Amino acid sequence: MSSTYAVLAEFKNPGELMKAAETVRKAGYTKWDVHSPFPIHGMDDAMGLKPSKLGWLVFGHAVLGFTGAVTLLTWASSIAYPINISGKPFANFPAFVPIIFELTVLLSAFGAVFGMFFLNNMPRHHNPLFNSETIRRATDDGFFVVIESTDTLYHETKTAELLRSAGATLIEPISA
Amino acid sequence: MSQSTYVPEEPLVKGNHTFASITSLIADIPEQPTPKWWYIAFGISNILLGVLLMSIGYLFWEGTGIWGITNPVGWGWAIINFVWWVGIGHAGTLISAILYLFRQGWRTAINRFAEAMTIFAVICALIFPGIHVGRIWLAYWMFPLPNGMQMWPNFNSPLLWDVFAVSTYFTVSLLFWFVGLVPDFATLRDRVKSKLAAKIYGFFALGWTGGNRQWQHYEKAYMLLAGLATPLVLSVHTIVSFDFAVSVIPGWHTTIFPPYFVAGAIFSGFAMVMTLMLIARKLYKLEDIMTLDHIEKVNMVILVTGNMVGFAYIMEFFIAWYSGVTYEKAAFINRAMGPYAWAYWTMFLCNVISPQFFWSKKMRRSITASFILSIVVNIGMWFERFVITVTSLAQDFLPSSWGYYSPTKWDMLTYLGTFGLFFTFFLLFLRFLPMVAIAEVKMVMPQADPHHTDAHKGDH
Repeated sequence: MSSTYAVLAEFKNPGELMKAAETVRKAGYTKWDVHSPFPIHGMDDAMGLKPSKLGWLVFGHAVLGFTGAVTLLTWASSIAYPINISGKPFANFPAFVPIIFELTVLLSAFGAVFGMFFLNNMPRHHNPLFNSETIRRATDDGFFVVIESTDTLYHETKTAELLRSAGATLIEPISA
Repeated sequence: MSQSTYVPEEPLVKGNHTFASITSLIADIPEQPTPKWWYIAFGISNILLGVLLMSIGYLFWEGTGIWGITNPVGWGWAIINFVWWVGIGHAGTLISAILYLFRQGWRTAINRFAEAMTIFAVICALIFPGIHVGRIWLAYWMFPLPNGMQMWPNFNSPLLWDVFAVSTYFTVSLLFWFVGLVPDFATLRDRVKSKLAAKIYGFFALGWTGGNRQWQHYEKAYMLLAGLATPLVLSVHTIVSFDFAVSVIPGWHTTIFPPYFVAGAIFSGFAMVMTLMLIARKLYKLEDIMTLDHIEKVNMVILVTGNMVGFAYIMEFFIAWYSGVTYEKAAFINRAMGPYAWAYWTMFLCNVISPQFFWSKKMRRSITASFILSIVVNIGMWFERFVITVTSLAQDFLPSSWGYYSPTKWDMLTYLGTFGLFFTFFLLFLRFLPMVAIAEVKMVMPQADPHHTDAHKGDH
């Protein structure tokens, strides 16, 4: 493994970063990312990212919550412990609606939050990115492109040259 | 569009701020030395928290007989306080979820602490259903847990729906709040000088890097959570109102209750947001972020929801008369002219008359007026729940079983104590967490638009 994990390039503002992202995507890199203190509108397209699959994860959880709730309520009140309340049916679906709704929402929210963590590889406290002091400003006011050295197109000078021509104000390697 | 008609919107962040100055304005607060007022406020809150724990301890020891509940009023301050606190929480979700879906950029200034308020208010609320059960060691019967007697809860009961609604609401609000905090935890992690603090903030930041591949899923998750929290928050107070509306007590058994409760919840919640916001912006000098425009917008919401609540009060009377039901008519005449008329008119004055001041722009933008009226509104909303709960039970069908309810000192101390709990949490939040969503505020600044630099070449 090489001692360089990635090359980091800083850009002046969100507009410059977006142009740089387009340049890097057109050059054909695949293992790279842009870092910014807030999400930038239009960056997903500039980077050529596919839409997030999170919606499907949430849908799966919603289905789980819904069927789980229907099963629990029907089983508990008609098989496990049937209670006769004013002669109403044991499986009294109109009365089950609120709890079915709540459990569907609860499981969907779990899907949204933990699914997002899953897709983002979080928690991940040991990331070679954190070896760089500079990238700490990505949570303040820095706008960065990071290209990993394992990318097949990565070349110590050519990659740096590409980033410089895209308008980078600072270029530095990140050690592994 | 011709140029003469273009009126640019007021900037959401005032003053000449850069991204870095916004970061330092908010993220440096946890690093500053603890101000003296904080210790004083925290001390008072802790004393009140002690009062709460003592009241609950005595309640567990002695039983619910220490409260003022009696026949025929079996529901007293516990449910009033529960509904009041849950209602306050609703504003936080409204701001964080519904205003997000409506793309209201101004929400970013206040959503973080409004969400914190939601969580702490719901904790205060959850105490009451938890402790009001006479035999506290059987409180777990509220949940569908397998037990030795092979019993299951009655899923037809609105009280059980409430258990699910409020605990789901609490969980989802907490997750939503935490998701919003993750990028800001990362900001603090990368900023604080103390190694220990960086470790702790870093732990909660979960290794956030601010990469766009993370932001992409993050934004999707945020939007989905907003979409989920919106029907959730409406359902919660709807279900709380079912606690009353599904029964057959005159004054409770009405179809207007769900929308009326939701409007009231948002009304009181926004008033609480206003109270807290005015204190926080003053103490932490956040006038550039929480501007007068924000105050005015919150006051507009208070005015609109206040009028919805006023409409509901009047509509209840109309329906009582229109229904032709003797008991229903009697219940409402009793409300306005019976033994609890003082409570009814306090409620009416605070909730319907007082927000009318906000028709005037001058009042909407006056800090003093906003502060006073926000407290008046919350007093009024407490009385609303008192009126609904107590007047209906005190005089239902048979005059021979009518009664009069008065709270005991334990009712009052428990309620007072919940403020201690609320402010203990809230002060800890102000001290150690970013009280404004840093990343989100940056997002609504004009510089955040990638076309911002192009835009200056043309004229919008």
